[in-house]
Amino acid sequence: MTSSLTSSIAQRQQSRLTSLLASQTFWVFIAVIVASIALSLSTDSFATSKNLYNITRNVTFTAIIALGMTLVIITGGIDLSVGSVLCLCSMVLAVVMHAGYSIEVGIAASLATALVVGAFNGFLIAYIGLPPFVVTLGMLSVARSLAMVASGNTVVFEFGPDHNTLLALGGGAWFFGIANPVMYTIVLGLLTGFVLRWTAFGRHVFAIGGNENAATLTGVPVKAIKVAVYMISAMSAGIAGIVQTGWLGAVTTNIGAGMELQVIAAAVIGGANLAGGGGTALGAIIGAMLIEVIRNSLGLLGINAFWQGTFIGGAILFAVMFDRLANYRRNV
Amino acid sequence: MAVLELKHVSKHFGAIEAVKDVSFSLGAGEVIGLMGDNGAGKSTLVKMIAGNFKPNSGSILMDGTEIVMNRPVEARQHGIEIVHQDLALCDNLTAAANVYLGRELQKGFGPLRILDYASMYRRAGEIFAELKSETRPRDLVKKMSGGQRQAVAIARTRLSNAKIVLMDEPTAAISVRQVAEVLNLIRRLRDQGITVVLISHRMPDVFTVADRVIVMRRGTKVADKEIAKSSPEEVTGLITGAIETV
Repeated sequence: MTSSLTSSIAQRQQSRLTSLLASQTFWVFIAVIVASIALSLSTDSFATSKNLYNITRNVTFTAIIALGMTLVIITGGIDLSVGSVLCLCSMVLAVVMHAGYSIEVGIAASLATALVVGAFNGFLIAYIGLPPFVVTLGMLSVARSLAMVASGNTVVFEFGPDHNTLLALGGGAWFFGIANPVMYTIVLGLLTGFVLRWTAFGRHVFAIGGNENAATLTGVPVKAIKVAVYMISAMSAGIAGIVQTGWLGAVTTNIGAGMELQVIAAAVIGGANLAGGGGTALGAIIGAMLIEVIRNSLGLLGINAFWQGTFIGGAILFAVMFDRLANYRRNV
Repeated sequence: MAVLELKHVSKHFGAIEAVKDVSFSLGAGEVIGLMGDNGAGKSTLVKMIAGNFKPNSGSILMDGTEIVMNRPVEARQHGIEIVHQDLALCDNLTAAANVYLGRELQKGFGPLRILDYASMYRRAGEIFAELKSETRPRDLVKKMSGGQRQAVAIARTRLSNAKIVLMDEPTAAISVRQVAEVLNLIRRLRDQGITVVLISHRMPDVFTVADRVIVMRRGTKVADKEIAKSSPEEVTGLITGAIETV
């Protein structure tokens, strides 16, 4: 009796294989691979090094922000301001560097802006108790407007003495020919994954999304953690903004417009649960990959770009539906 | 000596006297059923013991010394743990993660600290074995039965080596078979010398597991007697007011 109790306590609920097969991220990844193979076979232009270089680099801007967004979504929140924050941070960087300051000052000013915006969002959500949707919707409007104010709504394409350093930062490929933004994404992805899986902070992020009341009762610093996730989300938008500025070599006040939806789509396709409590770093990146592969393939296959929204929207619905079906089967 | 003693404790909210001059003492390893109708003052009493609010007059003594608590976390430091009615569990986390929520075991130094999964799984498994509950530390709470969920919530109180566990309606929303499981969990706690206060509406549960029953009516204690010397009929009468006091 005692030994059977001990052995049943020691049992695993499901093997690693079954949990892999039940994971949405895994199937989205398979979809990316299958689509890539199909495109390599059916077109001459997909599997070229130039196209792959473009795809991997394009993925990164969405993927970097999707990492931050995933944290917010796991807590049960949403951050609609990321596209505008990306624009604001790019513009702060551009304006500061254009004024003759070094790239270090520019990046510091840009990231500081992001952190202030994130802290402001987080404070209103965690301490004043306003709904995340409304707060970040407001910030979506405010941040873009501030970017216009900062630049006088002009295009900035001269970045002072460190102009070339900035362009190399975003457009270079100093590590075995892998585009720099891809390297940043990999590093940030590993970091996010590590934090979620191995730190008490990550554990608490999941706990808040699972049952905020329980987290509060057990002494988890719920409010502070909420502020932190919105700061991280804004900072991921800031980092993406800096990298994108270096890559594009110019900043206009409409970069990042509508990007929040693409980022949320990437996170959700990758398995983040908008009801809170679920999501992974790997999923965010794979979700971003699927979106980019869809976009790229439509172009290569000669399908009218107007169809893009339909396919991406279809992917979102399919991913969520898949998750629902997988859960349904498990619960029966 | 009494583990916890209440002396002439009163609490009012404006003109409403929620608890009037209540005194009782709880011994180690005792299971006490705290009964009363809605609004009888049970919750107020429990919330004072749990540190949610301070009594207006009277004192609370723990092992003979008076304690004053301003926040629930201070009650926990004194060895008083609460199992909330909704259990306060995160469905998306594993049993072990829930047991250790807010006090995760970590290894490493300074800011470079990572979760110590192995120790948490092992220790949680030991507690479940101790409680004789077939609950697996690696399972998600989402997929657990009502009894297993209770075991997870109770395992939390074992981490801190609590002296007193307050259980708020633990059997209110679960199936008959699971009720038996929960009552067994209460017995395991008692066997380890822990005092359990069982706040319940369910007469059979109190009479199965409790040693003593305290009945509240309109803010006052109307009965405090051994289960063996009482009956469900008498307690029902005390709760409703058909019997004035004993």
